[in-house]
Amino acid sequence: MWEYTDKVREHFLDPKNVGEVENPDGVAEVGSIACGDALKLTFKLDENQRIKDIKFKTFGCASAIASSSALTEMVKGMTLDEAMKITNQDIAAYLGGLPQEKMHCSVMGKEALEKAIENYRGAPVKAPGEQIICECFGVTDKEIERAVLENNLTTVEEVTNYTKAGGGCGNCHEAIRQIIERVRGNKEVNPILKPRLSNIQKIKMIEETLEREIRPSLKLDGGDIELIDVEGNRVLVAARGMCATCKAADITLKHFVEAKLRDLVSPDLVVEEVTS
Amino acid sequence: MNVVYLDNNATTQVSGEVMSAMMPFFGNFYGNPSSMHTFGGQVAHKIREAREKVAELIGAHPDEIIFTSCGTESDNAAIRSAIYTAPEKRHIVTSRVEHPAVRALCAHLAGQGYRVTELPVDKDGRLDMAKYESSLTSDTAIVSLMWANNETGAIFPVEEAADIARERGILFHTDAVQAAGKIPINMKQNNIDMLSISGHKLHAPKGIGILYIRKGTKFSPFMIGGHQERGRRGGTENTPSIIGLGKACELARLNMERENTYVRELRDRLEKALLTAIPNSRVNGDTEHRLPNTTNISFEFVEGEGILLMMDQYGICASSGSACTSGSLQPSHVLRAMGVPFTMAHGSIRFSLSVFTTPAEIDFVIEKLPPIIERLRGMSPYWGPGKEVCHVA
Repeated sequence: MWEYTDKVREHFLDPKNVGEVENPDGVAEVGSIACGDALKLTFKLDENQRIKDIKFKTFGCASAIASSSALTEMVKGMTLDEAMKITNQDIAAYLGGLPQEKMHCSVMGKEALEKAIENYRGAPVKAPGEQIICECFGVTDKEIERAVLENNLTTVEEVTNYTKAGGGCGNCHEAIRQIIERVRGNKEVNPILKPRLSNIQKIKMIEETLEREIRPSLKLDGGDIELIDVEGNRVLVAARGMCATCKAADITLKHFVEAKLRDLVSPDLVVEEVTS
Repeated sequence: MNVVYLDNNATTQVSGEVMSAMMPFFGNFYGNPSSMHTFGGQVAHKIREAREKVAELIGAHPDEIIFTSCGTESDNAAIRSAIYTAPEKRHIVTSRVEHPAVRALCAHLAGQGYRVTELPVDKDGRLDMAKYESSLTSDTAIVSLMWANNETGAIFPVEEAADIARERGILFHTDAVQAAGKIPINMKQNNIDMLSISGHKLHAPKGIGILYIRKGTKFSPFMIGGHQERGRRGGTENTPSIIGLGKACELARLNMERENTYVRELRDRLEKALLTAIPNSRVNGDTEHRLPNTTNISFEFVEGEGILLMMDQYGICASSGSACTSGSLQPSHVLRAMGVPFTMAHGSIRFSLSVFTTPAEIDFVIEKLPPIIERLRGMSPYWGPGKEVCHVA
């Protein structure tokens, strides 16, 4: 069960401003039934260009309904410029916080508000050049960039919690990772220059890496690996346990063992299997 | 507030008789069943009796039963044993609707180079037996198919599937966690090699399960340690829970008829009343071959979590296959495998009854649920005039 705050429960069980405003000044629909949540927002302005009436209809979980309800309460009486300043974090804060996995509900509220205001102002709904990154949930690069910036996100998992991107088939995880890196300023992932190692240092690091990073995973599957020798950049190993009979062992050696050693010790290493 | 517990496929209440049977083994009967003294030996004797009761429920020989810690352990032990004892075989056959205990394990093994065939199901969650048969090869180490589905209650023809596997000399395992105690199982009359049962689904406590291993089946233990369970599962016996499971199996055997008359009638009444009262609702999964206690109903254009939380206000407990309740962002893998449309999948609710369910509780749900759906639909942007379709046959 989710740990919802009392405020979330209150806004879910007794939501404010449900419905549609008649002859609205601004309208927005975000989300879709396939994605599991959707929100239709309508508002009307008064003579002073302040939000007089705002209503929502939401399909989604309790936190989606509560976020919508909270949003409408927050922006009533505001000018559109004031309303534009509301962030998804403000919505979550108003509700006393949301579970991490549900932060996307607050993002949906913010998106709907912006779109409804853009709809009123006649601004372009979608920035040109936007590109869909997550095909499962139809999330664009701009949406991900914004969520990363505004919420200071650092991992793919966090991006999924906030935007849903990457929560389906997972094919876009690499693309999301690149966006995170780009936004956070490490434009090129320069390989960190490692100091040259002496042979003894190298062997020691290889042994340590095998012990700490590689053996535990192999052992889970009943396998093991033994370091036989290191000749220059050639790492000679022997497969043990299940690995010795496993037909996928050479794939494991290349894709897992060698990749790990290259990553953690030296990019020039080549792993070779010897029988002994 | 009274709790109306209709989530018995998630877990069940430990029945009073089971609890009383267990209590002495938390107290005076704390001896180690492996000990040489009479004090421990008397506990071993009680464990032997419990093993007989478990065996009796499924028509097995007591030697064919090993006690484990849960259904997941039993599934792991069965599948891992099959591949350890036949290292030259690299293929596993299973289905797309298995419990994570089997599904995640098979995905893990696929990562190690095993070829895994996940058999599809049709819109009612039924297996295509021709497809199953053609998936078997001389490289197949094991078939693992669940007896009954935890989300829809749909029953697979596992006995027929086991016959086909046997003809080809392939091991057959079934996760019978949801089936045991609800429908008759007789291991004397089928060719299933291994079968998993979990205690807490049939009114025994959590933390106890069994794996049935047919006599003559090669077995490589998953839990290595002492000589307990005749070397097939190390670890000092969880005595109180084993005694509890024995009692629960004895009661399940006596309650089997009630499960298929009383419980079935209540389930049918609930289902029919909800489908009648709520437009745009439907049952997910095979209704012909189905557990007597389970119904999985979808309410179109609303989301399951909201339904559950509103029912929670009345103390009504059930489950949902919606994305929001799963912690992932997609609806349940079972409903997706069946191709249930998104408008329906997100609003699916599973009610699972037990012999402890009362007619008054069912009436309470029939009274409270329709207004909840109406209320949530009132908030849904997809619901409105013209959407209403009556699905009741």
